Amino acid sequence: MVKQDVAVVGVGLTKMGRRYDSNHSELAWEAIKELFDKTTIWIDDVDAVVYGTMDPFDGIASPERWDSSAYGIARGAGKPLVKVTTGGTTGMSIALSAYYHVASGLYDIVLAVGTQKVTEPVEAQEVLNIAVDPLFDRHTGVGAIAVGAIQASAYYFDYNKKIEEYMAIVASKNRLNALRNPYSHLKLKVTPEEALMAPYLIWPIKLLDSCPSSDGSVAVLMASDKVARKIFDSPAWVSAVDYISDTYWFCCNKGLSFWNSLAILARRLYRKAGISDPKKQIDVFELYDAFTIQEILEYEALGLANKGEGWKLLEEEATYPYGDYPVNPSGGVLSTNPVGVTGLWRFAEAALQVMDNAGAHQVPNVDIALAHAWGGALQFHALALLSRERKLC
Amino acid sequence: MEYKGYMIIPGKWEIEYRYAAGEYATKFFKGLMEEKIYGVKCPSCRRVIVPPRKFCERCFVEPSEWIEVGPKGELVNFVIVYRKFHGLPDPPYAIGLIKLDGADDSILHFISEVDLSSPYRALKVLKPGVKLEAVWAEEKKGMILDIKYFKPIETG
Ligand SMILES: [Zn+2]
Repeated sequence: MVKQDVAVVGVGLTKMGRRYDSNHSELAWEAIKELFDKTTIWIDDVDAVVYGTMDPFDGIASPERWDSSAYGIARGAGKPLVKVTTGGTTGMSIALSAYYHVASGLYDIVLAVGTQKVTEPVEAQEVLNIAVDPLFDRHTGVGAIAVGAIQASAYYFDYNKKIEEYMAIVASKNRLNALRNPYSHLKLKVTPEEALMAPYLIWPIKLLDSCPSSDGSVAVLMASDKVARKIFDSPAWVSAVDYISDTYWFCCNKGLSFWNSLAILARRLYRKAGISDPKKQIDVFELYDAFTIQEILEYEALGLANKGEGWKLLEEEATYPYGDYPVNPSGGVLSTNPVGVTGLWRFAEAALQVMDNAGAHQVPNVDIALAHAWGGALQFHALALLSRERKLC
Repeated sequence: MEYKGYMIIPGKWEIEYRYAAGEYATKFFKGLMEEKIYGVKCPSCRRVIVPPRKFCERCFVEPSEWIEVGPKGELVNFVIVYRKFHGLPDPPYAIGLIKLDGADDSILHFISEVDLSSPYRALKVLKPGVKLEAVWAEEKKGMILDIKYFKPIETG
C-alpha cells in the first residue's frame, strides 16, 4: 500500500571507470558531495539511508562499514541503515528499497546510495565464478559472460542465425552514445563492422558485446509528496516499481531466447501504472545491457518488438537517441558497469531524463522513462517508471 | 605500484572452505562414484529434477522418489569459451546444458571430443538435440567432475 507518493529530488554521480585515484570511501564521498552540492537540503535533513554493493568485487566484505561515514550515518544521533545486495539488480534493489521506505509513510527523505570498485579484482570474472553454487556448476565457470553467451546461443538457434550482426549494432550504438556522457567509462568510437571483427570471449559473445569492469558511486535522494517540491521544483515522480524472481537453476522452463520473467514483470508494471502502449507512452529506456544480446531480448520482453524480432528495431534505428524508442542514450551498461550500483545509475539516468537534466545525452520531451536491471543467474529483474507528472492515470 | 601518482596496494584473499553437500547432493555424488546419475521426482508436477534438490521450486513440496537418469542425453544449448580466465580450463572449451534421458531439466557441463577451433567447425557437430553421453573420470572423488565431460554419440 502506497501511503505517500515518492519523487527523486536529487542525483549525485561520480565519473565512472578506472578510479585508481580514489579509495572506496573517497568514491562514496564524491557522489554524496555532488548530490548535496546541487540540492537545497543537507545530510542532516535525511531520515534514513539505503546502501548497496555486490560483495566481494571490492575485496572487502561488507564495505558499508568503511563507507558509512561518507553517507552521514555516523553524524549526530546517527541514521537507520539498510544494506541490500542482489547481484546485478543490487542498484535497483537500493532504489526500490528507498522507495519502499518513503512510500510506506515511515520516512520523508531517504538517501539511496551505492559504491562499487570492479577494477580492483585483478580479474573480475573470478568474483563472478564464486557467485555460482560450489557443488554443481562452479567447475564450468559459468559466470556472467557465459550466461550472456547462453542467451545469445539460444537466440541464434531459435530465431536468427545472423544475430551477431545485430549484436554488433548494439555494441556500436551504445558506445557512440557514451561519447556524449561525461560520467561514462568507455569512450569508444566503434562501428558495427569493427564490433563484428572483435575476438570471441565466449561464443557468440565477442569482446565488444561485453560490458567493461568499472568503478563508480551513485547517490539518489528520494522524498515524499509532502516535501519533494520544496527540495526540487520539478522532481521525477516514481510512478511504479516492481521486482520479479525466477529459479536459480537453468532448467528448461527458464527463458533463454525469450526473457519470460522480464515480460511478466513488464506486463505487471504497465498494468499498475496504466501504461497500455509502452511504445507510445514511454519516451526513453535505460536498460541493463551487460551484453549486447540482452538489449535485444529486453526490446522483446518490454513490448517494443515481437518475440524473435527485436533485432528489427536496429535495422530501423528505432532505439538510437533520435529514434522512436531511445534505449540507453547514456551509453548503458555496455559502456560502464560498476555492477552493484549500475542499476541505481539506470534509475538515476531515467530520473535525470524526466527532470530534463541529463546533459548532452538528454532526449527531447521526456515525460516518462523506464529503468531496468537484471541480476543473479538471469533470475532477477527490477523495473521502475519515472514521470514528470505526479499521477499518470 | 602507482597509477598517475596514486599508490595501489596489492592484496589477496586466500580463504579455505568446506561446503556441506547436503542430503540430496550427497546421494547424487555417491551415485556418480558408481557411474550412476540420479534425479528426483516431484510428486506434484511429476518433473524429474536433476541435479536433485530437497524441494521442487514450482510446487513447493519435497520430492517423492529417486530416479536414475542418463548417462545419455541431448544437448539443449551450448557456448564455447575462447578466452583464458584465471582458475578455469585452457580455451577453447564448450559448456553445454544437457537434458539427460529421463530428466525434465538440464545440467551444466563440459562438452568435449569436438573440434572447437572455430565456432564454424563446432557448429557442424553441435546443435540443439544432438545426442550426448557422459564420459566418466577414471578416478572418482564424489564430485561433479566424476563426469569428466559429455561427448557426442557417434551415429551411423
Ligand atoms: Zn513440482
